[in-house]
Amino acid sequence: MTLTLVMMEAPFENARTVTALRLIDAAIRRGHNVTVFAYEGAVALTFARQAPHANAVHGRTAEEEDHPLPKDWIAGLMSAAQQRGVKLEWINCGLCVDERGVIEAIPGARRGSPADLWKASEASDNTLVIGTR
Amino acid sequence: MEGYLLFESQDPLESAQVPSHYELATALKKAGNRVTLFLVQNGVLAARRALRSDGVPGLVAAGVEVLADDFSLRERGINASRLSPGVKVATIDDALDQFAAGRKTLWL
Repeated sequence: MTLTLVMMEAPFENARTVTALRLIDAAIRRGHNVTVFAYEGAVALTFARQAPHANAVHGRTAEEEDHPLPKDWIAGLMSAAQQRGVKLEWINCGLCVDERGVIEAIPGARRGSPADLWKASEASDNTLVIGTR
Repeated sequence: MEGYLLFESQDPLESAQVPSHYELATALKKAGNRVTLFLVQNGVLAARRALRSDGVPGLVAAGVEVLADDFSLRERGINASRLSPGVKVATIDDALDQFAAGRKTLWL
């Protein structure tokens, strides 16, 4: 079975991102193939230059802060999919990537267009669009 | 009869749109469909019995299956014993299974 999710929320903004990633994780654990189309701010979820940082206010180092990074969560999902023998395809809207300058994506994420979303949805058993409101 | 899975991530006290989402769920149910409202994130706040709102109880009375995400409940320190009657605690896997089963799925 193949499922498509559309994500639009930028990283570090809203719990919708976490819920979407939990759904993807559940789909992988259930043995489903997943296609994600990241649109608008969500294209930064796989931006490779996300970096952990220290917290000067609380006097913690970057290691102590242990700042979670969405790119690492997604890399973990890609690894989990590979281990399970299912496919997690991650497509970033190319125009949205260019607008935001988040060109460098982690391995496994590729550029695409809304036409790819249409194709993915057509090839999927179900599609869920998670908007920003 | 169609099956619908609706995700509600907002608290009715933070968004005036939520009551219209409940109305949609109720209308779909009254039209003869199987309807599940999956409360997630701040959406689970509406499932508290102490809220004394007729929103979620009205959904349950209408026959809508109301599920509350266990992770979101734990994040907010809400014990299952504090939920409105008829609200069931569920996992994200339960929602995923309905989505994978072909339910028409909307994120509200």
